[in-house]
Amino acid sequence: MTFLAFFLWSLLKIVVVTVLLLMSVAYTVLLERKLVGRIQNRWGPSRVGPFGLLQPLVDGAKSFLKEDIIPTSVYRPLYLLAPVIALTCALISIAVMPFGSPAITGPGGFRFFEISDVNIGLLVILGITSIGVYGVALAGWSSNNKYSLLGALRASAQLISYELALGLSLVGVVLSAGTLNLRQIVEDQGAKGLLTWNLFGGLQFVAFFIYLMAAYAETNRSPFDLPEAESELVAGYHTEYSSMKFAMFFMAEYANMINVGCVATLIFLGGWTSPFGNLFPTPHNIVLQSILPVFWFVLKVFSFLFLYVWVRGTLPRFRYDQLMNFGWRYLMPLAILNIVATSLWVAYK
Amino acid sequence: MHLILFIVFAAFCVGGAVNLLLQTHPINSALSLIVVMTSLAVLYLLLGAEFLAAAQVIVYAGAIMVLFTFVVMLLNAGREERTRGSRAAMLVGFPAVVALLAVLATVVLHSRTLGSALFGDTLSNQPGATNLDALSTVLFTKLLLPFEVTSVLILIAILGSVALARLGDGEKGQSE
Repeated sequence: MTFLAFFLWSLLKIVVVTVLLLMSVAYTVLLERKLVGRIQNRWGPSRVGPFGLLQPLVDGAKSFLKEDIIPTSVYRPLYLLAPVIALTCALISIAVMPFGSPAITGPGGFRFFEISDVNIGLLVILGITSIGVYGVALAGWSSNNKYSLLGALRASAQLISYELALGLSLVGVVLSAGTLNLRQIVEDQGAKGLLTWNLFGGLQFVAFFIYLMAAYAETNRSPFDLPEAESELVAGYHTEYSSMKFAMFFMAEYANMINVGCVATLIFLGGWTSPFGNLFPTPHNIVLQSILPVFWFVLKVFSFLFLYVWVRGTLPRFRYDQLMNFGWRYLMPLAILNIVATSLWVAYK
Repeated sequence: MHLILFIVFAAFCVGGAVNLLLQTHPINSALSLIVVMTSLAVLYLLLGAEFLAAAQVIVYAGAIMVLFTFVVMLLNAGREERTRGSRAAMLVGFPAVVALLAVLATVVLHSRTLGSALFGDTLSNQPGATNLDALSTVLFTKLLLPFEVTSVLILIAILGSVALARLGDGEKGQSE
């Protein structure tokens, strides 16, 4: 395949995937509002379009049209840079995630359902996540507002603390799969469907729950949403942001949720593979063959997001010292124990 | 392609380093350092050391520099005053830097064996193996002792910092 063809195909993939990701970000917001509405015994958005389905469009338009207020005493360069960092880091991770079957190839062995196949995919994702902290930290600091600063300090302390547990919880899977390549990790667990998923057959359920909790903290979501605890901090690190800049933080948060869901799907839930394994014959139709893996992937990510919202609607917020205690005294040692146990198991096998 | 990327990111790297020295505000300097470290990661990537690149971003740009910015934010450090610098430093410093760079450049250019030293040799001598495989094999066989000693060193550093932090506060139960 020539360089030009490669370039154009990649560009096309990037554009399509980014647009889809942004669309799903918008509809995740709607999903959350609808679900939380249900949980709190009210309707949620229902006026715009059938069942309120056009609400994200209107929300977007509203964010665009609102007045963009920049307070006079902010540190301007970083104030403007922070939302860009946050959103960029949230959107980049999808580049290394395979979301469909790699068997479906175009001319020259070109894979349609992943932007790039990196052999350190998992590390790339962790690296991007760790850079994403700066968006939050700089936003809070440059706003020159005590609530923003406190929110940012809380957020970055929380992110640093839980990043460790998050990373360590993934090590077990890496140990048993023997690779950091996300495609190979999925292929490693796809043989017998549900039974060979890392969550069940791979005996990584402890790791999964550590990951789940660390992921909630990483994305600043309830019950770990202390950085934007509205009863104490107004809105946390984005108190001084308005209009599209606020929307960028908002989108970054939801894009991060989707990323975390995608990683959980790839690492623990068998990625694009069917939960039934080879129980049913694979369809002969090429369209069906390519759509079905994507369908499974989306379904798994959707269930993860559903759980996210469910938890938000159910659990109260932690206190800050509880949060830190939980992260350092329980999650971290548990994650390390999990690594030790997994290594022993791998060595025994 | 490689050359273009190298030039771009090397420029970023040097520019970031110069900016780090010229900026008067600590947070700008810290951010320039992050730029330097991320561009270094890209340079590692261009050399085919993808694991090192990822580790550089995660450990240095992601973890250590976050702590730097954290401290700058917490102390709310203001602008630093600019001084002219001492005359002696100017007189001795610049020639010294030039001399050092010259020595380093000569050594690097002359010794062709530097790139294929023991470590690099082991890394490149295993066809088919990924960077990560080769690296971990070397780390856990040939370099096991230095590796373990380093981890003990880090453990001691952690214990030391805990001891130092504990020394200050008299009242108990206020450690959080």
